[in-house]
Amino acid sequence: MSFAQLIGDWHALAVLFVAGVVPNQIWRMLGLWFGGGIDEGSELLVWVRAVATAILAGVIAQIVVQPPGALASVPDALRYGAVAAGLVVFLLTRRSIFAGVVAGEVFMLAGTWWLG
Amino acid sequence: MALPPLDSPQWQSPWRAFAWGLRSITQTILTLVLFATYLGIGALAHDSHFSLLWALCSTLFVWAGPAQIILITTLGSGATVIQSAIAVTVSAIRLFPMVVSVLPLMRTPTTKRRELFFAAHLTAVTLWVECHRFLPQVPRERRIAFVNGLGFGLVSVCLTANTIGYFLAANLTQTLGAAILLLTPLSFLFSTARNSREVADVVALALGVLLYPLAAKMNSGLDILVSGLVAGTIAYGVHWWREVRA
Repeated sequence: MSFAQLIGDWHALAVLFVAGVVPNQIWRMLGLWFGGGIDEGSELLVWVRAVATAILAGVIAQIVVQPPGALASVPDALRYGAVAAGLVVFLLTRRSIFAGVVAGEVFMLAGTWWLG
Repeated sequence: MALPPLDSPQWQSPWRAFAWGLRSITQTILTLVLFATYLGIGALAHDSHFSLLWALCSTLFVWAGPAQIILITTLGSGATVIQSAIAVTVSAIRLFPMVVSVLPLMRTPTTKRRELFFAAHLTAVTLWVECHRFLPQVPRERRIAFVNGLGFGLVSVCLTANTIGYFLAANLTQTLGAAILLLTPLSFLFSTARNSREVADVVALALGVLLYPLAAKMNSGLDILVSGLVAGTIAYGVHWWREVRA
């Protein structure tokens, strides 16, 4: 990997600023500026939080359903199985994130090994 | 490691308070979760053809794991800058109530707004959770320094994880590379599920996962937004209906 590859191009960094940095900082700075008079439990914020959660859920699904890079080499059934196995262990261990992640990873690695 | 008592001379210098904040990253399992998540983000950035500098800048300046993943996956799968910006903006709205609720914990009557700038920038779900846990044990006039130290420590851990993940994805066998990429959806699914206290959150998470494949079939380029808006609004409807009946 060359030095230039590690730096990348300025265009990509400009896109990062426009589509990544600004959209996040806007909300933080609004929070800093107008922090005083907002009710945390207001109905609008409940809806906003639900939509934000569902968008994140969609991204999680996208990575598993249309996987990038090396993850695409893993068969569909194994990827879905890994998430399902992780979820079962997560629920059985009274919501241990660590146990859920380890179980999902072990399921996928064991599956790839077993399939050869 | 326990924090010193509130009246201890340890708290007299802001730098000491910063150091205590920095050391507190060793006191939480969330540091490990963040490390795994950002290992995954580094690998995801590599496999979606972003540079290491790009990945590090996104961690430093965006500092919100979900937003970074939305950005990388949407841009990586060919969405336009505007489409990505909209998805990220919507996902980032949740930072607003977080900042609003966390800053009053550090404010004193004499605090100036600019002193809270870094604390506002560092606010994301992990810091928000940890502030509610640690700050009651920190004297109020040292809380900003403490939070800056805690945030600085967490950012450093994530930058390190990004770099390791990026090089691992470049050099590992395909199977292990896939395992690192899988860290991202798993850690986000479970940490979001863990933070879901209300029914609306659980419904939004489950429906959001289930509706995405349907929305993707429409191939509009706005799949994530469509499934997010529909699932989120249904989840809100469930919340509203329960409130009305109660």
